Amino acid sequence: MDPRVDSDRSLVARSPLGRKGTAAIIAVPTVFLTYFFLYPVVVITVRGLTPAGVFDPSIFLDVFTDPTLQGVAAFTVWQAVLSTLLTLVAGLPAAWVFARFDFPGKAAMRAATLVPFVLPTLVVGTAFLVLIGPRGVTGVDLTGTLAIILIAHVFYNYAIVVRGVGAYWERIDPSIEDAARSLGASRVRAFLTVTLPLLRPAIASTSALVFLFSFTSFGVVLLLGGFTHSTIEVEIWRQTTAYLRLDVASTLAVLQLIGVGAILILYGRYQRRTTVQFAHRAALPPRPITASDRLAVWGILGVSGVLVGTPLLILIARSLVGPDGSIGFVNYINLVDLPGRSAAFVAPSEAIANSLGFALVAMLIAVVIGVLASAGLSYSRRRVARTFDVFVMLPLGTSAVTIGFGFLVALGRPVDLRTSLILIPIAHALVAIPFVVRTTSPSMGAVQHHLREAAAILGAKPAMAWWTIDLRLVSRSILVAAAFAFAISMGEFGATSFITRPDTPTIPIAIFRLLGRPGSAPFGAAVSMSVVLMFITGIAVFIIDSLRTPKAGEL
Amino acid sequence: MNPKNRRILRLGMALVATALIASGCASDAKPKEITLLTHDSFALSEGVLEEFTEKTGVKVNVQMSRDAGTMLNQAILTMDNPIADVIYGVDNTFLSRAVNAGLFVPYTAVGIDTVNILLRVEHDAATPINFGDVCINYDIEGLAELGVPPPATLDDLLLPQYEGLLVVQDPATSSPGLAFLMATIAAYPDGAEYDWQAYWTDLFANGVVVASDWSDAYYTRFSRSGGAQPLVVSYASSPPAEVFFGGLSEAPTGVMTEGCFRQIEYAGILAGTEHESTARLFIDFLLSKTVQEDIPLNMFVFPANTEAVLPQVFVDFTTLPESPAVMAPGTIHENRERWIQEWTAIARS
Repeated sequence: MDPRVDSDRSLVARSPLGRKGTAAIIAVPTVFLTYFFLYPVVVITVRGLTPAGVFDPSIFLDVFTDPTLQGVAAFTVWQAVLSTLLTLVAGLPAAWVFARFDFPGKAAMRAATLVPFVLPTLVVGTAFLVLIGPRGVTGVDLTGTLAIILIAHVFYNYAIVVRGVGAYWERIDPSIEDAARSLGASRVRAFLTVTLPLLRPAIASTSALVFLFSFTSFGVVLLLGGFTHSTIEVEIWRQTTAYLRLDVASTLAVLQLIGVGAILILYGRYQRRTTVQFAHRAALPPRPITASDRLAVWGILGVSGVLVGTPLLILIARSLVGPDGSIGFVNYINLVDLPGRSAAFVAPSEAIANSLGFALVAMLIAVVIGVLASAGLSYSRRRVARTFDVFVMLPLGTSAVTIGFGFLVALGRPVDLRTSLILIPIAHALVAIPFVVRTTSPSMGAVQHHLREAAAILGAKPAMAWWTIDLRLVSRSILVAAAFAFAISMGEFGATSFITRPDTPTIPIAIFRLLGRPGSAPFGAAVSMSVVLMFITGIAVFIIDSLRTPKAGEL
Repeated sequence: MNPKNRRILRLGMALVATALIASGCASDAKPKEITLLTHDSFALSEGVLEEFTEKTGVKVNVQMSRDAGTMLNQAILTMDNPIADVIYGVDNTFLSRAVNAGLFVPYTAVGIDTVNILLRVEHDAATPINFGDVCINYDIEGLAELGVPPPATLDDLLLPQYEGLLVVQDPATSSPGLAFLMATIAAYPDGAEYDWQAYWTDLFANGVVVASDWSDAYYTRFSRSGGAQPLVVSYASSPPAEVFFGGLSEAPTGVMTEGCFRQIEYAGILAGTEHESTARLFIDFLLSKTVQEDIPLNMFVFPANTEAVLPQVFVDFTTLPESPAVMAPGTIHENRERWIQEWTAIARS
C-alpha cells in the first residue's frame, strides 16, 4: 500500500488539538445545551406526562391512534419534504450565481436575501394576500392551500440555501470544474458529475436546516394554511393554550422530538465526511462576460428578485399609504407618535435598541458555542460526532412551547433565570446554534491538514495552529453563520414569546402589539415598523457580510 | 448518629427556624418591588403604575406573557415557585381552571362594592377588573357596496344575502373566537331542538370563513382591511378604537348587538407570594379610579368599577349590548374542551 495514503488517513482521524483539547472543545457546548435545552425539555416533558403525579402510558396510545393527529403528523412530514425540495430548486441556481460571479449590487442583494427571515408571519401574510389572496392582483386565490404554505416556506428559507451553499461553493476551486469542461463535459454534465458531488456536504447541511424549519413551522401554517392544515407544532400550541392539556402537548412534543431525531440520524448516515479540499487562495469571481453567462446570471437573479422581492416591495408600498389613504410618511410619523400613547406603546427607538442589543448578544453566544461545537464535530471520532451532531441540531426541531415552558419550570433554581433578561438572547441562540454548526462544519472539515502541519513544523502549538490556520480558513463561513444568528435573533418570535419577559419589547413584539388593536393607524404603523425591521436587518447583515469580502491571495 | 453530628443537626434546625421566622416577618414588611404577570394585551397610560409606587413606595415590575391561555399555563406551571405576586387578565373562560388549581389567594378588595355583583366570583377568589363584549362588527361601507343591510340577529347570518360574508376566529386558538362560540351556545343551547351544532352546520353551509386569530381576521380578511368579508367577530368597543386611532369623526364600522358574549377579566393574588399584603394593595389599586378610568382607551374594554368616568369617545362610539350572553365560569370550564372539539369536527367536515 502506498504509505502516503496511510499517513493521510491517520491525519483525518487525528484532531488538531489533541484528544484533551477536543474534549475541552466539546465540553463547552455540551454543558450549555444540557443546561439550557436538554434539562428544561426533560423537566417539562416529565411534568406534562405525569399530570396526577404518575405516568399513564395510555396517553401515548390515545395520541398515536387519534386519526386527526395521525393526519397532522403525516402532513407535517409531507409539507416539510416538499418545502425542502422546492427551496433547493429555487435556491441552488442563485447560490451558483453568488458563488461564481461578481456583478454590481451583489453585496446588497446578498444581504437582502436574509430580510424575509426576520419578518413576522402576519405581515408577510398581508403581502401574500395582495398577490394570491381572495382579492389578489394575480386573480389566483391560494389561501388555505398547501401551495401557499410551500411558497411561504420557500420565501422564508431561500436565504438558507443561497447563503449556506453559496459560501461553500465559492471556496471550491473552479479549476476542477474547468478541467472537466476542457475534457469535453458540457456545463450541465460538469455540474452534475463534478460540482454537485463536491457540494454534497453543504447541500445536506442546508437541507437539514430547511427541513427542520418547515417541520416545526407554526405561523405560516396557522395563518396562511387555513385551519384545515396543521403541523405538530400548531397542534402542541392548540393543546396547550386551548385545552390546557399539557399531557397531550407533551406527548406530541416527544413524538416531534423522536421524528426529528430519526431524521437527523438518517441524515447523519447520508452525510459522509467531506473530502473536499478547499482552494488555498480565494480567487475573485469574474463578472459574467459571455452572453450565455449574462443571460443565466441576470435571468436567475431576476427570478429570485421576483420571488423574494415582490412581497417586500408590497410591504414598502403599503407602509407609504396612510390611514386616510394618502401617500406619504404618516405611518412612520405615527410610529413615533401614535395617538393614545400608553405604557404598551413602544417607542421605535427603544424597540430597535432592544432588538439590536439582544441580537448582538445572541449572535455572540451562538457563534462561540456553535463554532466550538462544529470544531468538536469535525475532530471527534465518528460515532461520538454523530451523536453529538443530533444533539446540537435538536433545539431547531423542538417545539417553541416546550422550550419556553421548560425554561419556566427548570430555571427557577438555584439562580432564578426565568424572568432574567439574559434568557431572551439565550433562547435566540438555541435556534441559531444549529445554523452556526451547519454553516461552519462543512468548511471546518475541509481544512487542509498540511497547512496545519506546516504551522506545527514552524513551531506552533496545536491550539495556536488551530487558531491561526483553521479558524482563519473557516472565518468566512463563521461570518455567514454570524449573519444568520443575528437575523434569527432579530426576528425570533417563537420560544421567546413563551417565556415571560420583563418589559423590554423588541421590534417583532412592537409589531405584534400594534397588530392587536383595531384601526387603520395601528395597522399602518405595524407595516412601517416591519419595513424598519427589514432595513435594519438588511444593513446589519450587509455590514457583517462586508467583513468577509475576499482579498486576492488571502488565506 | 454521633453526638457531634447531632449538635450540628440541632444547630441547623435552629437556623432554619430563625430563617423561617425572619422570612415570615419579611412578608409583612414592604418589599422594594412586586411583580405583575399579565398577557400581551395589557396596556395602561404612561405614569399610571408609577402612581402606585408614589403611594406605597413599591415599584411594579411587569412581566408580559403571550395570550391569556399561555399566561395561565405559565402561572400554573410555576405555582411551587411563583414568578409573580399578582396575575391580571385571567378571563371568565379560564377562571374556574385557575381557581380549581388553587392559583389564587382569595381577597375581598377595597372598592369591590363599586362592582356589579354579577361580575364577582365565589369567595372573591379573584377580583373582576374589566369586561368587554365580543360581538359581530360590520364594515359600513363594505355592506353598502353590496347593497345589504347590517344583520341584526344570529339567525340573520344564515340568510343567503350574507353568504360568505362573515369571518370568525378558530375558538381553539383565539379568545374572541371562543367567546363567539359561547354566544351561539347560549343562544342555541346543548339539548335544544335546534342546538348550536345545528346552527354552526348551517353557518358553514352559508360560507362562514375561519381565521386563526383576531389580528388575522381583522387585518387580512375583513373588507375594511382589504379582505373579502364585511362581517367579522370583534369587540363592541372596536368602533371607538377605529375612531380614536384613525383620528376619524365617524365610526367606519358598526356592531350587531345581538349574539354577543361578555368577557370578564380578573386579577388575583398568586398563592405562594411572599408579598401578600402589598399584593392586596395592588389589587385595590387596580380597582381604583386611577386605573379604572385609564382602562377604556388603552385596552378598549369597560372598567368593572361603576364609578369610573368613561372617556367621551368611548361613550359616543361604543354600543353596549343590552343582554350579552353570560355563562358561569364553572359551566365553561366543564364543557370547554368538548365544545371546541365538537366545533372543530363540524368545521372540518
